[in-house]
Amino acid sequence: MGNYYQQDIETMAPEGLRAIQSERLLKQVRHAYDNVAYYREMMDKKGVSPDDIKSLDDLHKLPFLTKADLREAYPYGLLAKPLSECVRIQSTSGTTGKRVVVFYTAHDVDIWEQCCARAIMAVGGTKEDVVQVCYGYGLFTGGAGLHGGSHKVGSLTLPMSSGNTERQIQFMQDLGSTIICCTPSYAAYIGETLKEMGISPDDIQLKAGIFGAEPWTEEMRRDVEKSLGLKAYDIYGLTEMCGPGVAFECEAQGGMHINEDYFIPEIIDPDTGEVLPEGAKGELVFTTLDKEAFPLLRYRTRDICVLHREKCACGRTLIKMAKPMGRSDDMLIIRGVNVFPSQIETVLLEQGYTPNYRIEVDRAGNNDTLDIYVELTSEQFSDTVRAIEQKEKQLAAAMKTMLGINPKMHLVPPKSIARSEGKAVRVVDKRKLHD
Amino acid sequence: MSVKQISVFIENKKGALAEVTKFIAENKINLNALSIADTRDFGILRIITDNPDNARDILRGEGYTVTATAVLAVAIDHTPGAMASVLAILNDADIVIEYTYAFMSNTPDKAYMIFRVDNNDKATAALTAQGVAVLNQEDIF
Ligand SMILES: [Zn+2]
Repeated sequence: MGNYYQQDIETMAPEGLRAIQSERLLKQVRHAYDNVAYYREMMDKKGVSPDDIKSLDDLHKLPFLTKADLREAYPYGLLAKPLSECVRIQSTSGTTGKRVVVFYTAHDVDIWEQCCARAIMAVGGTKEDVVQVCYGYGLFTGGAGLHGGSHKVGSLTLPMSSGNTERQIQFMQDLGSTIICCTPSYAAYIGETLKEMGISPDDIQLKAGIFGAEPWTEEMRRDVEKSLGLKAYDIYGLTEMCGPGVAFECEAQGGMHINEDYFIPEIIDPDTGEVLPEGAKGELVFTTLDKEAFPLLRYRTRDICVLHREKCACGRTLIKMAKPMGRSDDMLIIRGVNVFPSQIETVLLEQGYTPNYRIEVDRAGNNDTLDIYVELTSEQFSDTVRAIEQKEKQLAAAMKTMLGINPKMHLVPPKSIARSEGKAVRVVDKRKLHD
Repeated sequence: MSVKQISVFIENKKGALAEVTKFIAENKINLNALSIADTRDFGILRIITDNPDNARDILRGEGYTVTATAVLAVAIDHTPGAMASVLAILNDADIVIEYTYAFMSNTPDKAYMIFRVDNNDKATAALTAQGVAVLNQEDIF
């Protein structure tokens, strides 16, 4: 028997869910059109009115919204409620440009916290648990989201925020924290610190970790599960949409269930905008369904991933998204296959290589070529040509499994990969020279 | 019985070999023997020197990819057929030879050969049984 926050929604039959989505979509589109000039202009320009959206099947008629739109509309341009109705703002870090500020009414905060409560209960959380929240608090959504979710579950909530690792560990020991929420890299750091302090995972009570806000690999999952003695779960969300909790992993640890009663996902071809069928790899697009202050219609996340609706061991019927493979901005199309530098990096780390590499894409005749240069360190160097060529073959096979295409691998001495300002230059696409 | 050989992973590019040998000379590492294996992409520079641990540390410190390997050093006569008979002994003992190279000996009438084989102990036993001298690190300097 699963552990649910809202069992009726989380295990609803697909027809019922579609009916809720259709009904909410009409309202959300009408609300955005009537109250946000920016949406009105975009929709008028595309010749689509709220009356054209009669059900879920009409979703594709709406124009896309991008991060550039959010920046252009900063700060109030997408606000759909008077400020007097809003109770909260959260914000992105602004590392990739101008920051984005998101507004919440009391209702918006409530649904966000519901989503986070579902995530906590999906990893086995109950009111008996002690939830240590070591995501940053403040404008960043991580701390506030999981904190609110933990309250809703009724767990004892430790609002630690990030940093001061020895104090984190002391609270963990003294108060018997059972669930930890933080970034995967911070979880790894806490694991290392535990080891340095001579504390065994058996000396702490953690049983589950909810880790998000950063890309991480299956290898990191295994490492953190071992160093902290827990089960590690993924969580997904974007500040623009609300924050963490848009999708969450369940006990099956095989993809994240999307809270479809609040967010409709679509997968599109990032180049053409065409909607792709379920199971296809493409850019993830979300439409919010019940947001008052900051509705988003067909927001392009730039995350590339795959959606699967399948019977899940946890009993939830909500569609699952795979961990995003990378950003559409970084994507290379080689022999018709989407390839991300992050996938190549994952394979290198899993095979014990350094993440110092260079990808060269070129064209020979009508065929794309993919050459990957990787630094060979002394630890992996054995003195025969045969052994090195063997390593290249093994690595190429591992890449083929991950990427779907066969690259030519080149192991090279450390200094031969060009660097700019200390960072290796990762991708060289020479095909552009021929076009 | 074996000799410690130092291998450096280098680019197969103009100037790469010159750069590493210049570095070796500047750091007063004696090059008693040197051999290069190369492919289209990379090369392996193999050296025999009187203080291999020191050479390895200095090269690694500079950021080179370096490893130390135990190889066989054999003294053979400067006579026709001497090399062929050593190879025949190894072949009869089912020893796989990865590579071999020669270097100048400090004894007249003798040449030193380096062999990288799949099994040093087995090869040493087979050679000594047939009266071929297998050398230690001290013997060759
Ligand atoms: Zn599930």
